[in-house]
Amino acid sequence: MTKGVFGSMIDLAVVDLSRLQFALTALYHFLFVPLTLGLAFMLVIMESIYVMTRRPIWRTITKFWGTLFGINFVLGVATGLTMEFQFGMNWSYYSHYVGDIFGAPLAIEGLMAFFLEATFVGLMFFGWDKLKPVTHLFVTFLVALGTNLSALWILIANGWMQNPVGSTFNPDTMRMEVTDFMAVLFNPVAQAKFVHTVSAGYVIAAVFVLGISAFYLLKGRHKGFAKRSMTVAAAFGLASSLSVVVLGDESGYALTDNQKMKLAAIEAMWETEPAPAGLTAVGLPNMVDHRTDYEIKIPYVLGLISTRSLDGQVEGILPLVAVAETRIESGMLAYDALERIKADPEDVTARGDFELRRNDLGYGLMLRRFVGDPREATPEQVRAAAWATVPNVPVMFWSFRIMAGIGFLMIGLFATAFILCTLRKHETKWFLRLAVLAIPLPWIAAELGWIVAEVGRQPWAVEGVLPTFLGASSLTVPQLWGTIIGFTVLYGALAVVEVGLILRTIKKGPFAGHGDSDSEPGSPSGETEPATA
Amino acid sequence: MELPLDFATLRVIWWGLLGVLLIAFALTDGFDLGVGALLPFVARTDEERRMVINTIGATWEGNQVWFILGGGAIFAAWPFVYAVSFSGFYLAMFLVLSALILRPVAFKYRSKRPSPKWRSFWDWCLFIGGFVPALVFGVAVGNVLIGAPFRLDSDLRSFYEGALLGLFTPFALLCGLLSVTMLVLHGATWLGLKAERGPVQKRAFAIGTVAGLLSLVLFAAGGAWVAFGDLGFRIVSEVDPNGFSNPLRSTVEAAGGAWMDNYATYPWMLIAPALGFLGTAAALLGLWRKSEPVAFIGSSAATVGIISTVGLSMFPFILPSSIDPGSSLTVWNASSSHLTLFIMLGVTVVFLPLILIYTAWVYKVLWGRSTTAALKTNPDLY
Repeated sequence: MTKGVFGSMIDLAVVDLSRLQFALTALYHFLFVPLTLGLAFMLVIMESIYVMTRRPIWRTITKFWGTLFGINFVLGVATGLTMEFQFGMNWSYYSHYVGDIFGAPLAIEGLMAFFLEATFVGLMFFGWDKLKPVTHLFVTFLVALGTNLSALWILIANGWMQNPVGSTFNPDTMRMEVTDFMAVLFNPVAQAKFVHTVSAGYVIAAVFVLGISAFYLLKGRHKGFAKRSMTVAAAFGLASSLSVVVLGDESGYALTDNQKMKLAAIEAMWETEPAPAGLTAVGLPNMVDHRTDYEIKIPYVLGLISTRSLDGQVEGILPLVAVAETRIESGMLAYDALERIKADPEDVTARGDFELRRNDLGYGLMLRRFVGDPREATPEQVRAAAWATVPNVPVMFWSFRIMAGIGFLMIGLFATAFILCTLRKHETKWFLRLAVLAIPLPWIAAELGWIVAEVGRQPWAVEGVLPTFLGASSLTVPQLWGTIIGFTVLYGALAVVEVGLILRTIKKGPFAGHGDSDSEPGSPSGETEPATA
Repeated sequence: MELPLDFATLRVIWWGLLGVLLIAFALTDGFDLGVGALLPFVARTDEERRMVINTIGATWEGNQVWFILGGGAIFAAWPFVYAVSFSGFYLAMFLVLSALILRPVAFKYRSKRPSPKWRSFWDWCLFIGGFVPALVFGVAVGNVLIGAPFRLDSDLRSFYEGALLGLFTPFALLCGLLSVTMLVLHGATWLGLKAERGPVQKRAFAIGTVAGLLSLVLFAAGGAWVAFGDLGFRIVSEVDPNGFSNPLRSTVEAAGGAWMDNYATYPWMLIAPALGFLGTAAALLGLWRKSEPVAFIGSSAATVGIISTVGLSMFPFILPSSIDPGSSLTVWNASSSHLTLFIMLGVTVVFLPLILIYTAWVYKVLWGRSTTAALKTNPDLY
């Protein structure tokens, strides 16, 4: 425990448990969200074909994938509830410190997106007989639009944590306040993240539909249904998997010190190299000796990708730590000026001093982890705080490589699927087996993507502004264990039920009766499907 | 930049909008919670239960967004309140979230298997998902009236010195029970509009009548407690309604009976408690005379009245502190910045009417009573 100058107690066990809880609930939430994002638009495509052709098979296709969408959607809603409130519950000081900016996109998400999807999702399921087909299609579209707008606002909020533009610290309210809302909206990090994240969701949905369709074809069941679904998935998946890689998330990495550090950590690049830097394909990052063992480098590639030029520098970890050290020293002076303003709000000299160094206040706060009063930090503590700005390099290095590897595999998978569907060779056995096996891969990539983004942001809650450990609520360890165990048990049980219901629905197939009938496929409710695609 | 509305005005508007969101939540998701709490008691057979669930099955999801939007709007407009209340009422919030997490899943998963055990399990989840939030929300409001045990340090970091069981004081429990009876009455009147006429409605009306009578008693008892007990806080220093949002710059003291001050200063505010009583009475009359629209409008008016009473009694306080009144959060010291309040008002002015329009359209499309007969013909129903 560290005793702050004004008696603030920061219990690092509470910080670690709060981080664990956030990671668990966010990663769990994101198992369901991307499938919702993508499947919603696939439903729009399938239903559009139904509306244009009016062939009942397409209505069956839409309704079957809609059933699976519904089973998945409710868990996204259920786990999203926790997300909306746990900033206040577990990250109380964070909520105070940045609520003026961070709260706005969350509220707008509710107004613009969440109401849209939640109001129309009921009509989507219960309105089949109450609406004209075109109107129902429009309702489905509004659900898809709502889910995707929701992602936009969440990523604007998250983008601001990565690159806190359009805001400034106000010493009178002891928090960040917005100065330029447009800058927050059009934050380049947020835009890049939005495209990357929703594309990843589309890939997940496409793999889900492709894999289940492949399963039916392997079993020789519901062939007409499966071939059509597979064709939609192949086209949608190919476009999405190209988008997720080509419009990747790299464009923001040159913007800020923390983003540069993130890139350096992903590459385990300790020293700045002459431009254009090489890309480390594999190696073993060594956190103790600050080097990467057994590395295999591909020349020029990193510099070309991340700076889009031949002469742009990509900075290494060691020089970035040196930058952090300078900023921490400056931050000590900012902290000192702020304490003087708190003691006497009318102190003009103190306000002048603060003005000069306000951008480094966050770096001064980093010292609170090592010393109660940052003004009394020793040079050793400053150096330790500077090294604390390096995220976990091996986690970053490997998470990124596995994620990117899966991204390229997905392009290969969907390119093959697209070719096979075009050639009407839907029933190519080896490919069908691969498609089933591939189902979990994009989920792994998506979760690793968040790990790269958020572990890479450490030690900051908001880059350069607020260290993560300061953001936590003043809770106790037993309270946190209570909720972590509670959520884990609840979420775990629901996951088992969900997977069970999805498997059950797949087993029953698209032509089974709805509701409570336990009928097997082929029952009187109608194996009316045509034999060919 | 000069904004067309001054800071104090925007703060009052956002205080009003906070009330609008909470009331909209209680009005719409309120009957969902009430129906959930009523479900095991008014509907006995599987068909009856499905019929009841389908009175709210297609629309509860949109209604719940008022709660989520409430959370987001408090975060954006009243970040101090968001930060202090949710971390302070930590385990209570966990209880509410756990109960609410069960709800979407229970709606969707119940009908996926025919087994009676499976269905009965999810029915009780729907009961918990209705009853527990209704109770805890009321208990939380009671604690807001009492004052929460928190203090702010000079960094404006909040420290909470209470435990979960400490929330359940007699006054807070009274508020919790009032919240339950109010929402159960509301749920019963909703079943009056949307459930088929028959035994289920009869049971709902009987329970609703008891709930309505209890509401009258509890609301009166709560009022007496507020008037003659030791509840209430008062700002005793000068206040600058346009000043910085910093709670430590005003002086506040506990003052028994201070929650009645506003009614002396602004007698028109008595409309709110009057609406609470008259609305409940109208709802009871409607249930007794089998006039379903009267019952529903009455219980809606009661909900508006009872919630407004709390807000108006406390103005300008939002969350007073019982252990360090100087840390109390008020309309004048706990808001976002002037610019954020202005931008968020703009966004709200555009989107809130849109939400109301399309929500109304969806309700119109789905209008009509839920019947057991429809369960046999419509495979889409829960």
